[in-house]
Amino acid sequence: MSAEKQYAVELKGLSFQRGDRSIFDNVDIRIQRGKVTGIMGPSGCGKTTLLRLIAAQLRPSQGEVWVNGQNLPTLSRSELFDMRKQMGVLFQSGALFTDLDVFENVAFPLRVHTKLPEEMVRDIVLMKLQAVGLRGAWELMPDELSGGMKRRVALARAIALDPQILMYDEPFVGQDPIAMGVLVRLIRLLNDALGITSIVVSHDLAETASIADYIYVVGDTQILGEGTPDELMNSDSPRVRQFMQGTPDGPVPFHFPAVDYRDDLLGAR
Amino acid sequence: MRKTSTLERIRLFGRAGIDVVATLGRSSVFLLHALLGRGGAGKPLQLLIKQLYAVGVMSLAIIVVSGIFIGMVLSLQGFNILSDYGSEQAVGQMVALTLLRELGPVVTALLFAGRAGSALTAEIGNMKSTEQLSSLEMIGVDPLKYIVAPRFWAGFISMPLLAMIFSVVGIWGGAMVAVDWLGVYEGSFWANMQNSVAFREDVLNGVIKSVVFGFVVTWIAVFQGYDCEPTSEGISRATTKTVVYASLAVLGLDFILTALMFGDF
Repeated sequence: MSAEKQYAVELKGLSFQRGDRSIFDNVDIRIQRGKVTGIMGPSGCGKTTLLRLIAAQLRPSQGEVWVNGQNLPTLSRSELFDMRKQMGVLFQSGALFTDLDVFENVAFPLRVHTKLPEEMVRDIVLMKLQAVGLRGAWELMPDELSGGMKRRVALARAIALDPQILMYDEPFVGQDPIAMGVLVRLIRLLNDALGITSIVVSHDLAETASIADYIYVVGDTQILGEGTPDELMNSDSPRVRQFMQGTPDGPVPFHFPAVDYRDDLLGAR
Repeated sequence: MRKTSTLERIRLFGRAGIDVVATLGRSSVFLLHALLGRGGAGKPLQLLIKQLYAVGVMSLAIIVVSGIFIGMVLSLQGFNILSDYGSEQAVGQMVALTLLRELGPVVTALLFAGRAGSALTAEIGNMKSTEQLSSLEMIGVDPLKYIVAPRFWAGFISMPLLAMIFSVVGIWGGAMVAVDWLGVYEGSFWANMQNSVAFREDVLNGVIKSVVFGFVVTWIAVFQGYDCEPTSEGISRATTKTVVYASLAVLGLDFILTALMFGDF
């Protein structure tokens, strides 16, 4: 199997800087086609940045981002917009268009990219909404939905064009246990039923580990570890273990770097 | 507190200067990108009409009410001063010229910045912070074309129309005070106005001013919204900036335009 067939997304030697701060330094990530891949790491380590790099909303300072055999940083703006039809992203906030109702939100990508007749748009929208269990809510406006429902509608919108790659940005944050369970099931279900490649960026350990086939742990501009959830749980690396087991102090220190405590209290300024 | 040395202060000052220039550049590229280049999504006309309603029609109330009051006040003040010289018939031409040349475009632009400009900034900023702009991009729709362009055109088109409405309503309010309340002879009120107002010199110059103000105010508003930091503080800062920058820009440009139009250089 060639690399392009096996991997939907390949990051090679990727570096990214924001201002003077280095977010990623020479990172390699390969995401297998048709699998659920988790990208985990502590808050603020640049997980969302990584998604935006894959979606080419950000340009890497260095390195290559291969998606379906195309190196994104070399594409023109209009080629990128075409490329993005193959990708769906579920943003943290859902990002529904607040001036459109649920039906129009899901229909939006179809109306933009296809010239399907109205009846067919209707059928597709209802099918996508049925898949996320919200067909009955098609008339509601986004502000009438609960947080979990918003995310499900956004998911229906993300799969409206049947993308090959679906990315989830922190899908579990701020969800109650029921909504969380629904989302976990949906992500797995959509992945297997539609044969898409899913990338889940999250710091929710249990949920991500329960659906991911493969996990990358990022932190400190590097890939700290990778493997199946079981492999990572028993990792040799103390940093990966600290993250996977959630201990407060360890290689990732509890204290923000500071001058010596005693000097700070007693010493002259 | 950290101390800043003199050298550090000079450095910060230079930095601020560079930032201003960089922002100007960025906002120009932003606007060019929004207005030129190939199309966005949906039906542009429909998007524009929706925004014309939100930006223009919804500003009508404040413009009409302010216009009436400004016209009434002008008339009252003018009458008091002019009657000292026994020339209260000239109050019509005074009200009309003041409104058409200055107050119509300027006050409308200031109100427009407060009413429509701040709303545009907050709306776009909110779309940014709730990732609606990113998600448009991911769907393959350029938010500059889909969100920014129709809003910009709506502001650009609405502003001159609103300024004209403001002037008309103001003149009507002035006539009401002068003719109906203070007893200025109606015939001389309107005749004086008709004789002294020139179409090109006064009406057209006022419209040109309002077109320029419409361009600048809307530009500032959409750029601040698009460029804001996507947090609640960021949005509130951007909204304030819109009103402050737009007001300053309007007043500054008004002087320059007036000097060019009526300055006899």
